[in-house]
Amino acid sequence: MPDQKLFVGSHAPYWHNGSSISEKSYHTMLAALPAVILGISQYGATALGVLALSVSCAMIWELIMNFAMKRPASIGDGNAAVIGLLFAMLMPATTPWWAVVVGTFVAVVIGKQIFGGIGCNPLNPTLVAIAILMLSWKHLLDFNDALVSYDFGFNMVYPLAAIKAFGASAVSEYSRAGLLLGQQTGGIGTTFGLGLIIGGLYLMLRGHIRWEISLSFLASIFVTALLFNLSDPDKYANPVFHLLTGYTLIGAFFLAPEDSSSPVNFVPMLLYGVFAGILTVLIRNIGAFVDGVVFAILMMNVANPLLDKIRPKAMGKGIKHA
Amino acid sequence: MIKRPFFSLGKSELKYPVVDTQEQDVIRVIPIPDRVTFFLEGPYEENKGLLLRPGGRIKTGQKLKIREDKPCYFISSVTGTIAGISEYKGYLGKPYTAISIDAVSEDQWDDKFKKDDPKPTLETSLEFLGCLPGDTGFIANLDTHSPLRAIIINGVDKDILVSTNQLIVQTETDNLKTGIEYLGAVTGADEIMIAVPPELASLAGETGADVKVIDLIYPNTVPEMMMKTVLGKTLPADKTWGEIGVGLINAEAVVALSHAFTKKQIPVSKLLTVINKDHTTVHVRARVGTCVKQILADLDIETNHGDQLVLGGPMTGHALYSEDLPILPETDAIMVQDRDNIVLTSDCHCINCGECVRACPARIPVNMLIRVLENGLYEEAANEYDLLSCIECGLCSFVCTARIPIFHYIMLGKYEFTRIETVEEPNA
Repeated sequence: MPDQKLFVGSHAPYWHNGSSISEKSYHTMLAALPAVILGISQYGATALGVLALSVSCAMIWELIMNFAMKRPASIGDGNAAVIGLLFAMLMPATTPWWAVVVGTFVAVVIGKQIFGGIGCNPLNPTLVAIAILMLSWKHLLDFNDALVSYDFGFNMVYPLAAIKAFGASAVSEYSRAGLLLGQQTGGIGTTFGLGLIIGGLYLMLRGHIRWEISLSFLASIFVTALLFNLSDPDKYANPVFHLLTGYTLIGAFFLAPEDSSSPVNFVPMLLYGVFAGILTVLIRNIGAFVDGVVFAILMMNVANPLLDKIRPKAMGKGIKHA
Repeated sequence: MIKRPFFSLGKSELKYPVVDTQEQDVIRVIPIPDRVTFFLEGPYEENKGLLLRPGGRIKTGQKLKIREDKPCYFISSVTGTIAGISEYKGYLGKPYTAISIDAVSEDQWDDKFKKDDPKPTLETSLEFLGCLPGDTGFIANLDTHSPLRAIIINGVDKDILVSTNQLIVQTETDNLKTGIEYLGAVTGADEIMIAVPPELASLAGETGADVKVIDLIYPNTVPEMMMKTVLGKTLPADKTWGEIGVGLINAEAVVALSHAFTKKQIPVSKLLTVINKDHTTVHVRARVGTCVKQILADLDIETNHGDQLVLGGPMTGHALYSEDLPILPETDAIMVQDRDNIVLTSDCHCINCGECVRACPARIPVNMLIRVLENGLYEEAANEYDLLSCIECGLCSFVCTARIPIFHYIMLGKYEFTRIETVEEPNA
């Protein structure tokens, strides 16, 4: 019968709460905007250039990989753009173009696509790229070196490098309000503490990131740094300083809660955050690197599948062998 | 589509829309249709000792069996002649024999049930009342398990927007009361409870059963969750409720039981909630076997090519491909969804956001389960990732950010796992 009316067959449920990957990505980018805008206003067109190149390169790498792997184009979900944006936010404004191209290649292709695309990456793609750059081209992420030609009228020494070299006495040269309002050197989008906190709160309240991870990460950094500070106040900086400098805030709200590489159960999420925080402070205070966020989170990414085995018993399973 | 809340720190929760009960009390009665269709469990084998033939005369309320050696039967809801017998494949490929009957507008009641002067006993119930409207197999399976200790009467509806059983509790309280007495006599159960939403608690108290209140937040109303609230215990994943001596029967079936014994006539019409495209609902009463097309036409609900038609509610119903399919004794609702609102699923990977894990009332690690199911590892899914604990509420698919048809994968997984088990059994 040509005029027969047919209905769409599918499986229940027939409703959806309306969430989607692209919505999640765009909200993440929206939340990152305050920090990004301050970065652009400070460093001007150079920073904008790095950001634009990074986002577009990440998307192009994704598209190339889609073609190469004969998969449908997935740049529409915005995940590649988020990776590109976060990568640029972590880099100094003076990053050369080739470093952005290579960095986004590492992030999107090696960090994500070769594992099978979104959801399959065991590590945070952005952090994989930053870690590779940190190890391969050390000077690129030496913020004192990279931003030597800028002077904004506040202390232009990278705070974490200062405490590494001079101990806790360097802390007095920074005001807390100044650190919160972006008066410190660092990556394009990592210095504006207040902006990152606002963005993070927005993402947590909307349910796009898990508060368990972010808050346990911050709390753990605070407690661990406090213990160090109490043990030797001259050598180790106070905990608030650790919270407001380096990659701490962007790590807590944008890097650590990345879906694919972080746990989903309640207790594992807390453990993940706590251990990442402890590792961060350990690397900062007694490790070889100036900032520990990158390697701490990567380390916990690796532990994620194991941590996520800690889960509640499913309904009806408890009685089975009783 | 229901939007997620603006703020979502905790887990997703689906509240039932508040229904205006005044208007809901109106029940539209659908006239006797020209043709009704019944589905009888079991594959259709042609020319093999069939008891029914096309052209055979049928009376309303007549008990019909297709084969002498098979226990399943149905009760004709109309008077007329058999138009055809064919094969029908239902959900997950379950085979049915479809029997359609051309109906006449005047009912002639079959008096076999009446002549026996039915008493509320287990034998009579099994013999005649195995497919009462609203019953999901409670009475038909009474002899297959150990005696029931407790029976819960379901006065709430499983799915969102459906209010069939609630309306029964509201409008047929007296019949429910007699039904409960008959139910006690038939089953010999020690304890009969009735689960109702808070606003019907005082009304349900009049029935004499032990009232249990269920808050109308999905998935509290899914049978497994309801049992947990009412009894305070959960079912082991590999057992059925019957095996541990607990039964669940819909309020509508209890009322049907009451009508059967008081009027000496087997009830043949079903109360339904029809959910329109704009989520407004209407209650209708139609003969079992009436095709969906006729009900929708009578309510002036227009459907177009490409819309979605669902038997049941939005979370757990089954989609139909054609309007010509009938309503069954266990159909509580019909939902029509406009083609613009159809939820499309994707073939994206799980992004591990964990929304499903937080939404799952059975605490299943859905993020891991979907990974093994996607790869066809059904035994691993059942043994390590709690596939069999799933209570089939559909919330995982409802909240999935990547829009993976998780519920579909789970049902396929359960089906395939059962098949693997049946193949392995003789070799064990």
